[in-house]
Amino acid sequence: MKPAPFDYVRATTRDEVLTLLAEGSEQVRVLAGGQSLMAVLNMRFAQPGLLVDITAVEELRRIERRGDTLVVGAAVRQAELLAWPGLAETVPLVARALPWVGHYQTRNRGTIGGSLVHADPSAELPLCLATLGGSVVLESRRRRRTVPADDFFQGVLTTAREPDEVLTEVHLPVARPGSRFGFREVAMRHGDFALVALAAEVRGDEAWLGVGGVADRPVVRRMKPGAALADDLDALAWELGGEDDGHASARYRRQLVRELGYTLLTETAP
Amino acid sequence: MATATQESTTSALGERQTRLEDDALLRGLGQYADDLATTPGTLQAAVLRSPHAHARLVALDAGEALAMPGVHAVLTGADVQRWAAPLPVGVRQPMEHWCLAVDRVRYVGEPVAVVVADSRYLAEDALDAIRADYEVLDAVVATEAAVAGDAPVLHEAVGSNVVNDRSFSYGEPDRAFREAARHVSLKIDYPRNSCTPIECYVVVARYDPADGGYDVAANFQGPFALHSVMARALKVSGAGLRLRTPPDSGGSFGIKQGVLSYVVLMALAARKAGAPVKWVEDRLEHLQAASSATNRVTTIEAAVAEDGRIQGLRYDQLDDCGAYLRAPEPATFYRMHGTLTGAYAVRNLAVRNRVVLTNKTPSGLNRGFGGPQVYFALERLVQHVAVELGLDPLTVILRNLIPADAFPYRAPAGSLLDSGNYHAAVELARTGGGLQELEERRAAARAAGRYYGIGFAAVVEPSISNMGYITTAMTPEERRRAGPKNGAVSTATLTVDPLGSVSVQIASVPQGQGHRTAAAQVVADVLGVPREAVSVHVALDTGKDAWSIASGNYSSRFAGAVAGAVHKAATRARDRLARIAAAQMGADPGDLVFADGRIHDRNDPARSLSFHRAAGAVHWSPGLLPEDEPGGLRETAFWSPPELAAPDDDDRINSSLCYGFVFDYCGVDIDPVTGRVTLDRYVTTHDAGRLLNPDLVDGQIRGGFAQAVGAALYEELAYGDDGSFRSGTLADYLIPTAAEVPEPVILHQETPSPFTPLGAKGVGEGNNMSTPVCIANAVADALGQRDIRLPLTPSRVREMIGITESEPPAAHAAPSIEAPAGGSTLRATGVVELEADADTVYHAMLDPGVLSRIIPGCHALEQDGDNAYRADVTVGVGLIKARFEARVSLTDLDPPHALRLNGAGSSAVGTAEGGAAVRLSPREGGGTQLAYDYQAAVTGKVASVGARMLQGASRVVVDQIFARLRQEVDGPGASAGDRAWGRRFRAWLLRLLGRGGAP
Amino acid sequence: MKRLDAGRSHPVTFRLNGRERTGHAEPRLLLSDFLRHDMGLTGTHVGCEHGVCGACTVLIDGHACRACLTLAVQVDGRDVETVENLAEDGVLNDLQQAFRRHHALQCGFCTAGILMSCTDFLARNPRPREADVRDMLTGHLCRCTGYTGIVRAIVEVAEQRSGSTTEENEHV
Repeated sequence: MKPAPFDYVRATTRDEVLTLLAEGSEQVRVLAGGQSLMAVLNMRFAQPGLLVDITAVEELRRIERRGDTLVVGAAVRQAELLAWPGLAETVPLVARALPWVGHYQTRNRGTIGGSLVHADPSAELPLCLATLGGSVVLESRRRRRTVPADDFFQGVLTTAREPDEVLTEVHLPVARPGSRFGFREVAMRHGDFALVALAAEVRGDEAWLGVGGVADRPVVRRMKPGAALADDLDALAWELGGEDDGHASARYRRQLVRELGYTLLTETAP
Repeated sequence: MATATQESTTSALGERQTRLEDDALLRGLGQYADDLATTPGTLQAAVLRSPHAHARLVALDAGEALAMPGVHAVLTGADVQRWAAPLPVGVRQPMEHWCLAVDRVRYVGEPVAVVVADSRYLAEDALDAIRADYEVLDAVVATEAAVAGDAPVLHEAVGSNVVNDRSFSYGEPDRAFREAARHVSLKIDYPRNSCTPIECYVVVARYDPADGGYDVAANFQGPFALHSVMARALKVSGAGLRLRTPPDSGGSFGIKQGVLSYVVLMALAARKAGAPVKWVEDRLEHLQAASSATNRVTTIEAAVAEDGRIQGLRYDQLDDCGAYLRAPEPATFYRMHGTLTGAYAVRNLAVRNRVVLTNKTPSGLNRGFGGPQVYFALERLVQHVAVELGLDPLTVILRNLIPADAFPYRAPAGSLLDSGNYHAAVELARTGGGLQELEERRAAARAAGRYYGIGFAAVVEPSISNMGYITTAMTPEERRRAGPKNGAVSTATLTVDPLGSVSVQIASVPQGQGHRTAAAQVVADVLGVPREAVSVHVALDTGKDAWSIASGNYSSRFAGAVAGAVHKAATRARDRLARIAAAQMGADPGDLVFADGRIHDRNDPARSLSFHRAAGAVHWSPGLLPEDEPGGLRETAFWSPPELAAPDDDDRINSSLCYGFVFDYCGVDIDPVTGRVTLDRYVTTHDAGRLLNPDLVDGQIRGGFAQAVGAALYEELAYGDDGSFRSGTLADYLIPTAAEVPEPVILHQETPSPFTPLGAKGVGEGNNMSTPVCIANAVADALGQRDIRLPLTPSRVREMIGITESEPPAAHAAPSIEAPAGGSTLRATGVVELEADADTVYHAMLDPGVLSRIIPGCHALEQDGDNAYRADVTVGVGLIKARFEARVSLTDLDPPHALRLNGAGSSAVGTAEGGAAVRLSPREGGGTQLAYDYQAAVTGKVASVGARMLQGASRVVVDQIFARLRQEVDGPGASAGDRAWGRRFRAWLLRLLGRGGAP
Repeated sequence: MKRLDAGRSHPVTFRLNGRERTGHAEPRLLLSDFLRHDMGLTGTHVGCEHGVCGACTVLIDGHACRACLTLAVQVDGRDVETVENLAEDGVLNDLQQAFRRHHALQCGFCTAGILMSCTDFLARNPRPREADVRDMLTGHLCRCTGYTGIVRAIVEVAEQRSGSTTEENEHV
């Protein structure tokens, strides 16, 4: 399990990253925390010509609040965001979900942006971004665009990112007063990818439920707490469908959407 | 003969002590196989492996690989046929197991070629350049299917997948069943799992052209009976294979027995390369192709009286040994054979054992060896007997346990249970573990509507295997022809050097059990020297050290046998020293006491001699020694217990020397929603005879328990129906972590073994046998279920609790066809709405120009017949990309209504084959509706690693094809948002309910 | 911005266990291989090469990371610490001693990685609860011990370092 050969650049500015991507596009891979990419390289499931390491690009390592948005640089490590003092007040859902991302050791290295670009349908951070209605900034030599989570996640490991683009910023909406958040995950073991992950935001009589691990991407739906909730969850479970795999059946996943979804929305409501 | 007494005031034996091993290991100074210094010029190997479960190897071309920089050699089947022989097996059948595939592959991961290069990196580069062509054959995966008459046969010369079939009868089973009030039976399907050490296999091999011999260092764990297997495969004498093991090993649990075929393989690779060759197995190789326990299908039946007494047992067992019977298989069966009645006084037993081959990795030793499979059936049956008779399971257990006054007890199939007091152990467990409290918790939980269950397991834990048990697989006549095999020789050598330092060499090849500590304790105890003054060497060299076929680390033989041999060697040395010291001191040897580094005269406390002074005399002044004392001090002790006889003519076999007892119970709480099983409390009671170091014993129990929790709840080496391997990484094969393993309550009872020198028995495998079924019994109790299959994953448990789903809404019925469970076939359907008319769409698909543009990542498309093409395609999903050599064809043409788009490709990461049935129908108001139904199968590395996401990933690729087709026929403006049926529905819902800009 | 070519070795200069060292590495060389084979520090073990088992965990700039998911060229200019650096003047540090006392290892293959994780973890979490310790340990696989001794050792060291009283429990 050794990677195939590639060139390597440790970029120090965003501009360098964009130039290299513009020149190489298909042959270039951006290396951030490497907690997924390096494993894939070791297994030779990817054989890029050039790795561009963005972890030393200071511009991509900032966490800052801009109005109603928490802007997280793509190369911010998961552990750094988790340790950021205002996290629990600013984006409570992310504060709840981050401890479920991988393990202590992988969070030390894994980045927020890397997890989103990888777009594992069972991963927690894509689910949070989608549930909060957040967005990402994609940049290339050609353009800079802001893409909402709904458009960004397009399927298993598949996003709207074009080959010459790099994700530079993650925009997380700051929690509004009165909003309440809930997060539940069922995994085989602690730290595994979710069999089913659920994230909820409830504000007044409005509620949103995000589901990871069932469909091919995180899916968020508006839910109405009340008499029809069980039926709405049933419809959502069927819509998501799910797949059988070695660890759980599709039926099981759908049932957790119904039952845990109900519990989560009920307990998140004031 | 006069012997010195051992009256050490600081007797180390039986005390809780820290380990001598730990100082170096904690500093990172261990000497594991991959850490050993290698000869300059040592090259690195990588293994090309089969992506197919069953195929003919048609051609192998290593030309391009050999031309790559840094590549020295490629070993192929032809080399192996020239220099070696197939690995010998203990069952007489015409099947050939070469260390490298010769003309056929029979499991995913089977070695096909070995590249030898300057570095592992370069060797792996070259693997990608070897072309292997296969003709795929039907695979057989399910054990019972392999036995069926129409099953594909793995070894044509054998003519059947059943390579050994023996029936046994002890007592009067037929009569017992005829006369019994009740018959209770269960069918068990025990899964494949492995104890997966964290260190993988390592082999460093050298060939000496001068004497034609091989010198190999490997983290092989024994038994060294297999040294003969390796030597014969290499076609050399025993001396022609010098096999060495490193001082430290990163765990084995039986699994490193399986390195034997790689010892042969790398020895041949070194010969081919003309240089020393090192191979370090990686984790993907290990999980798919190293070794594992057998999976087993058992039908077990009990004849029982109304009071729960079991009067007879019938086993019908199919043991699945994988694609080849690799020595010492079929030992998994026969290790437990004498003990099939477990802890129960059952006298009538009927057994049918069939050894079955399937397209899976060959099986081998794995902690608990045979025990987990047997006890899962037996103890599930006992629980079920209780349910059927309306009795408490513990009542049934107590009524059937062998009484304390019956020991030593000869079980009907031949085991001589050496000692025990099973009823007392159960009583200790009941009071010491708080059974009543658990029963109260269960009552309270159930009253509150929760699922709570209590499970029990009573297990006899055999240790110190009889090297002759494997011959029970042969008929008495075959055994007579082959000559009797029996016994188990342990060895230890003790040396005292001229400065009085004591060193011990043992052939037990430890893998973390602390043998050095325990051996030092034994020696320190006998010689009265500090433990730290005793060096223990465990690196074994078959060229220099004392060893025998039983050497190695398996069947928990250390405490009972090896420690005994150490004791024997140390006692001999002490007796010699006592006579020498007695002469110097003018005392009687019988009056001398070895303690505190000195030799004392018990009659005159003022008189004593330092140990090193007495020891020095044998080297420095041999002329002053008593007359019959030869000088020098090195004692090698061999010990083989007489109780380990060969199987008799009635097929009775005392398969082990010692039989410990384990009695467990546990309470489990099951989450009614998630189905997660939580161990509320686990109580495990052990009688392992005399405990040499309770800390080491508890460490063994906790480790075995943790692995058993894995087997019960998480671990399975899974295969698809086509034989593709599905548990390729440690994110697929789930080993419990610190969050999943609770602390068990451990209780001890000590009933010394009358047959071992120290009264100790083996310990450490018991929980691998008892815990999986104990947990299963608790789950059966909690849910009122009869059929329990491991691992008890949340999904499986929740399915048992019950999931009632309404019919899917009509809107979802079409696109969400699920892949068949356990299979590797990917399947989905979809609909694409197109503006163009059917004729345009149809002809576009037949146009090679269009085809090359709609196939994602198509670099070149070359005509290869009517509507058939060769293509060079890079398929990518997310960051994963692989380049395939593909064949694409269009068949079943029905213009302009339907056609079939087929593709097959192979790449370094595996193969893929599939097809999509495409149907075109006119749409109301113009345009065409394209409906597709595709099926695909993938195999090789990509299937073993990506199983979790394969279905979704294949959908991404197929979606790309039809999205591109849409762009071709409708123009680039065609929106991607609603191109597929499911996606359109999602978009609709999204608009209705979603967050597309909501807050 | 310097492009390191695939086929050539490039100098990597970094602090390793407190000393400046220079080695040479192709871009694709994994840090785990670089430490073991080029720097001669075989105390860091390799168990899976996909970041799950944790055996290869080392400290990079004080943070516990998987060496198998890190390229050697990535530590150029950084500070790396391995298990060989824990004992001071030949004496096992408190964590190592606690591991020995509590039988927190058997085969020892996973141990180095766990010790390095704990070194980072205890520095940032001086007073962890047992649940926190177990949570951190989920990033490591041990097949021998069942984790009991490991958890006990870490909890005890945390108590000792933070000054709360713990019974002295030395056997030898």
